[in-house]
Parts: sequence; C-alpha cells; structure tokens
Amino acid sequence: MDFDLSEEQSLLKDSVEKLVAQHYDFEQRKKYLQTPQGWSPDLWARYAEMGLLGLPFAEAEGGFGGGAVETMIVMEAFGRGLVLEPYFATVVLAGGLLRHAASSAQRAELLPAIASGTLRMAFAHSERQARYDLADVTTSARESAGSWRITGEKSLVLAGEHADRLIVSARVAGAARAQDGIGLFLVDAGAAGVSRRGYALQDATRAAEISFSDVPATPLGAPGKAFPVIARVVDEALAALAAEAVGVMAAMHEVTLDYLRTRKQFGRAIGQFQVLQHRAVDMLVAIEQARSMAFFATMMANEADATERRRALAAAKIQIGRSGHKVGQEAIQLHGGIGMTMEYKVGHYFKRMTMIELLFGDADHHLAELAAMGGLIAG
Amino acid sequence: MDLAFTKEEIAFRDEMRHFFRNEFPEAIRRKASEGRHLSREEMVTAQRFLNARGLAVPHWPQAWGGRDWSSIQTYFYQDEMQQANVPSPLPFNVSMVGPVIATFGNERQKHEFLPQIANLDIWFCQGFSEPGSGSDLASLRTSAKRDGDHYLVNGQKTWTTLAQYADWIFCLVRTDPAAKPQEGISFLLIDMKSPGITVRPIQTIDGGHEVNEVFFDDVKVPLENLVGQENKGWDYAKFLLGNERTGIARVGTSKERIRRIKELAALERSGDQRVIDNPRFREKLAAVEVELKALELTQLRVVANERRAQHGKPDPASSILKIKGSEIQQATTELLMDVVGPYAMPYQPQFEEGWNEPPIGPDYAAPAAPTYFNWRKISIYGGSNEIQRNIIAKAILGL
Repeated sequence: MDFDLSEEQSLLKDSVEKLVAQHYDFEQRKKYLQTPQGWSPDLWARYAEMGLLGLPFAEAEGGFGGGAVETMIVMEAFGRGLVLEPYFATVVLAGGLLRHAASSAQRAELLPAIASGTLRMAFAHSERQARYDLADVTTSARESAGSWRITGEKSLVLAGEHADRLIVSARVAGAARAQDGIGLFLVDAGAAGVSRRGYALQDATRAAEISFSDVPATPLGAPGKAFPVIARVVDEALAALAAEAVGVMAAMHEVTLDYLRTRKQFGRAIGQFQVLQHRAVDMLVAIEQARSMAFFATMMANEADATERRRALAAAKIQIGRSGHKVGQEAIQLHGGIGMTMEYKVGHYFKRMTMIELLFGDADHHLAELAAMGGLIAG
Repeated sequence: MDLAFTKEEIAFRDEMRHFFRNEFPEAIRRKASEGRHLSREEMVTAQRFLNARGLAVPHWPQAWGGRDWSSIQTYFYQDEMQQANVPSPLPFNVSMVGPVIATFGNERQKHEFLPQIANLDIWFCQGFSEPGSGSDLASLRTSAKRDGDHYLVNGQKTWTTLAQYADWIFCLVRTDPAAKPQEGISFLLIDMKSPGITVRPIQTIDGGHEVNEVFFDDVKVPLENLVGQENKGWDYAKFLLGNERTGIARVGTSKERIRRIKELAALERSGDQRVIDNPRFREKLAAVEVELKALELTQLRVVANERRAQHGKPDPASSILKIKGSEIQQATTELLMDVVGPYAMPYQPQFEEGWNEPPIGPDYAAPAAPTYFNWRKISIYGGSNEIQRNIIAKAILGL
C-alpha cells in the first residue's frame, strides 16, 4: 500500500499545476469565457503538446499509456484552476468509450487525432426522461441495407455544441429502460439531420441539446451490447470527477483560509474566532474524507468485478457529493457578502462543485444504488 | 500509488486474523460483541493471553517486549483485533504509562514496572482530569510537596476510568505552584493502597460504573516514584497523548458493529418486511458505511505517512481520525437503536450479568440504549472533539 506518486507522476503533476497556475488566474479565465466556445484553443494546443490529450491512450495508439492515477492528477489540477477546456468530455468520456468499445481501425483513426488536439468529441447519452438512469435510452438506431441511422433527442451533452464527432447511445432492441439492447454509434456532428442547441451551464461550462433525425451512424462495438461499456466508462468518469472535486474543494478551502487570515472585524482577523476556526476544520475533515474516496475511486475504476467497481464508485460519488455540498456552502458563508459576488472567485468554485454533484448521479441516486446492493461491508 | 497490500503484509494480516478469531478465548469475544462489559478478571485473562504470545505491547521498545513492527503491521494488528471483538490491552497500561516509563523512566522503574504493566499484573489508572481542569488540563491543582524522602499529595482527580480495579495510578501533580501552569507539573506513580486515597464511584447515564473520583488526602508518595524530571510532567503528558495516532479511529470496531447491525436487522421485522429491507434504514446504514470506508482510507494515509513521522510527536492528522472516528462509532450506536426500535426502551441491566427471567423483547435489544448513552463519551474523552478542532485549526490550518 502506497499513496505516493511515482517520479513520472510527480513530474506530470508539477507540470500541469504550473500550467494551470500560469494560465488560469481569475482574469485570464474570464477572457476564455468571453470566446464563442467558452474556452482557450491555445491552451487546448498546449495540452496536446504536453501529452495530456492522449494521456490515457495506449502508446501504440498515439497515446501515453497513462492510467487512472494520471487522469486523477490532471483532473485535480484542472479542478483547482476551474479549467474550462472540454477535457472531461473529449478525453475521459469519449476517449474512454473509444478505448473500451472501438475497433482497432476506429481507434487508429480517432485516438491520434484526439491526442494531437485536432479532434474533439462528445458523448451524447442523457435524455430528458432518463434523469440518472444510464439504461434509460429511447433514441433509436435502425439498420437497413448494411447501414445504421439514428433518430432521437439527446440532452445535457457536455461540450456537445462544438464537438466534431459525437458518440451517441441508441436503442437497437428492448424496452425503454432495459440494459440489453443499447448500442453506441459514431456520428459526424455536421451530418444532415443533426441539429444542436448550445447553452451555458450554471458554472459557465457549455452543453447542448442535440436532435438526430435519420442520421447516418457507424456502430462502436456490437450494437445492443453497449451497456456494460457505458457503465464502465461512467465509473471511470466518476473517478475523474472525484479528483476534480477534490481540486475544487481544496482550492475553495485555501481561498477561505486566506480570507479568514486577512479579513479584520472587531479589531482582529476573523480567523481568530473559534466558531469560524471550527467550521474551517470541519471543511478540512470533509475534504480529507473526499480525498480518500477519490483515491479509492481511482484505484477501483479498473476493477474487473463490475459489481465491486459499482459499489466503490457509488460510495465515492456519495462522499464527493456530501463533502462538496458542505465545503461549498461553508466557503460562501465564511466569506460573508463578498462570497456572493461574481467578481470574487469562491462563488465560481461553489458553482463548479454544484455541477459536479449533479453529473452522472447525485449523492441520493448513488446512495439508493449502494443501499440496494447491500452496502460496502458484507453482512 | 497502489492501494494493494504486499504479499508479506497480507500474510501478516491473515496471521493476525487467524489468531484473533481462532485462538483467542471465544467467550470473551462473544461477550464483547454483545455489548456487555468485561469483568476485571476477563480483562486480565485477555491481556495475559496476548502478552504470552508477544501481542500485548508490540509497539514498545524491543527490550521490553516490542516487536519493531512497521506502521502497517501495527495497523493490521489493531484492525484485526477490533474486528474480532478482542478487547484491546488496557490502554492506561500499554499506550499511556508504559511508553512514558520506557522513554523517560529510570532503569529501576523500567525493571520494576514494565513487565508487570505489560502482563497486567499491575493495573494502572490515569490521574489527569480534575473537577476544575478538563479541557484546560494545565490548570490542574492537585499538589505534591516534598517532605523528606517523599511527596505529600493533596487534591482530587476525576473521570478516573476503572479506578475501582486499579493497583496504581499515574498522576499529573503540581510541584511548582509559582511556575507557569505547564512548567510546574510532574508525573508521579502512586500506589492505590496508600493511606489517604479514597475512590468514589460516579454512575454514568447508561447506569454503569466505569469512572470515579479519586481523592488524595496527605498521601505519602516516595520521591523515587517520580518519572523523569520534576516539573517536566507536561512534556511527558503530551508525549503520552500523542503516542497513539491511528488506533483512536477504531475503524475495525465500527466495521464489526456494522456487521452485527446487519445481522440483527435481518432478524427484526416491521410487518412482513425485515428492517434490513427497509430502504430508508438501508440508506442510513450505507451512508455510514461510506464515511467509514473514507475514514479507513484516511487512516491508511496517516499510517503510510508514519514512516516519515517523528516518534512521539503527535500527527495533527490524528485529530481528524479522532473526530471522524468518534462520530462514526456514535452513528453505529444510533443504527443499533434503529434496529431494535421500541425494545430499546426497557431498562434491563441484567443483560450484563445474565437473565433471571425472560428479557422484555429480544435479549440483543437490552444493551442498545445503554451503549448509545455510554458512547456519547467518545467525543468527549481524550481531548474533546472541540479541543481536536482547536488543535487542527492551529497546527494544520495555521489560524
């Protein structure tokens, strides 16, 4: 058992943190947000140069052979900086689906293009009625004369607005919420019949509603058998989000501590008041518990036993959700009025944390799943 | 970074597991798992059983029975012991006074006391808190004045756990009333049979008798019973309190309690539904399991860091373990209350000694409320959770 990073991992951590520190101060970030896509293409190119965009892909496929720990390192640093580029959508989600479901020919075509920064992809999966049920897919895929076509509506597609290609989940057979009968398909985002409506989320990152009307599509893996892959990639994504959340929480806590040390009222720094000290301590306890579960999520993301993996990732998302909720609210409260303003950073961390809480199932959703699975400790 | 344990570590864990579950006296384990208090005799039997196998004081210096284990080995030892409901060796002996004597005592004291402390031939209790000195321990007033070849001790200690069983008490006493509070304190060993000592029981809200008041009225204590230097007792007390870094989280105990809660929740029914199948109960339980898993990993992070830590210097992260560990232990007592429902109400102290007539409700329900009441103590003793927060605010957050 060892919680230390290897030398290479430490180097990766240093270089990503340095990049974020240099390019993600509050004013710089505001500028990126003012562009149409809401992030910096220059930084995207830098990520490609640094190898971040190909990090989890096999070296033989144009990547760097990184695993869950490497993704954790990048996501935590990105969380600290509130990084806006669509790394999670392209590399973690779409990249994950390609790693686990694509043919070698598809991987040879797409992974090097992602790694070099020329191809951005998004995972179009959620639907209006599905809430957090990963198997609730009604978008349909039909085969005729050897080619597949997709029709349906996808919602809350992260970074879907400007993605070049989409991975779309669609039902080829089975009832509305059946795990069996779901396929994954590659779709050209510019194809006839695709219409996209982009919008901002609460934290200013972007998503899209996308409708597909008889759109040509290429299967990714065996049509109808995609659910285990989706579940697996979502669990990997939860591990990545857990790491991002730890970065967000740690940054919120640091900002709050700085404020407690410098803000003076009643003739002294407010951090000298015990009631505020104890609340800052409770934030730390919540963060350390979350960090422990982010490690656990990272270690269990590749667990071969899907049930054990699901238990672990559900547990991690519960802890992340609960800790994040508390830390975010306390960070605002301990700042007082200034924490409420758009011109101060702590509120932006709070909003990002709130989005992470809602992505791929909130704490209540995962708690219900974990409870139904009998919890973590065998009775 | 790798959460997996090495083959050697797993072999060690399995050896501990086998020993605690298969070789340790079953009757004592069962009694502990049922939430009943062990008698003095049972606690002595348990510790001697461990000591005979080199398992009472593995963290001591090797010359006095220590095993020179790695921090991860010590972790497995504690975790497996807790999970098997094996009572920990008396903490006042093995975690408190023993290490202080081994580190600061003279050779005569080491030879006289350490083997008997390890074997529980001498039972020590702890004389720190006083009626006016709880969280503000350094304000203590029990005095020791030199008078020829002995000290004359006067004052009162309180919350003295199991003083009714103790042969000796280790005390913080004020030897220099003129010095700053922390600088006039000494660490004395006092024979409980000394004339002038009176022990008065304190009954706690669970109905039990664990703690006592101890009065000292002109008690003569030989000068040779001073440990270390006069007026340096505060340093030894800090050493003592910082000695146990990770065991306080009691993750193994909470794991075992959750197993028992699941077992009992499968027996209790509400209508045609077992309590374990009630979604609301299951979610409450799962939420505690998640916090416990997180704490287990937090504890392992502290254990992994111990390789780099300085011996005898408290790791402020252990305050996190104390806060969270106590909250989770208390949550498990509430879950057991949820399981037994209305049968937590009857007051039936007979569960401790055996039933003369049939219990009201299931026999396993009787300890639920007393345990719930009693375990409120764990966020108070050993430095209340509020004191732990003060420590973290200062030592980790720099506020």
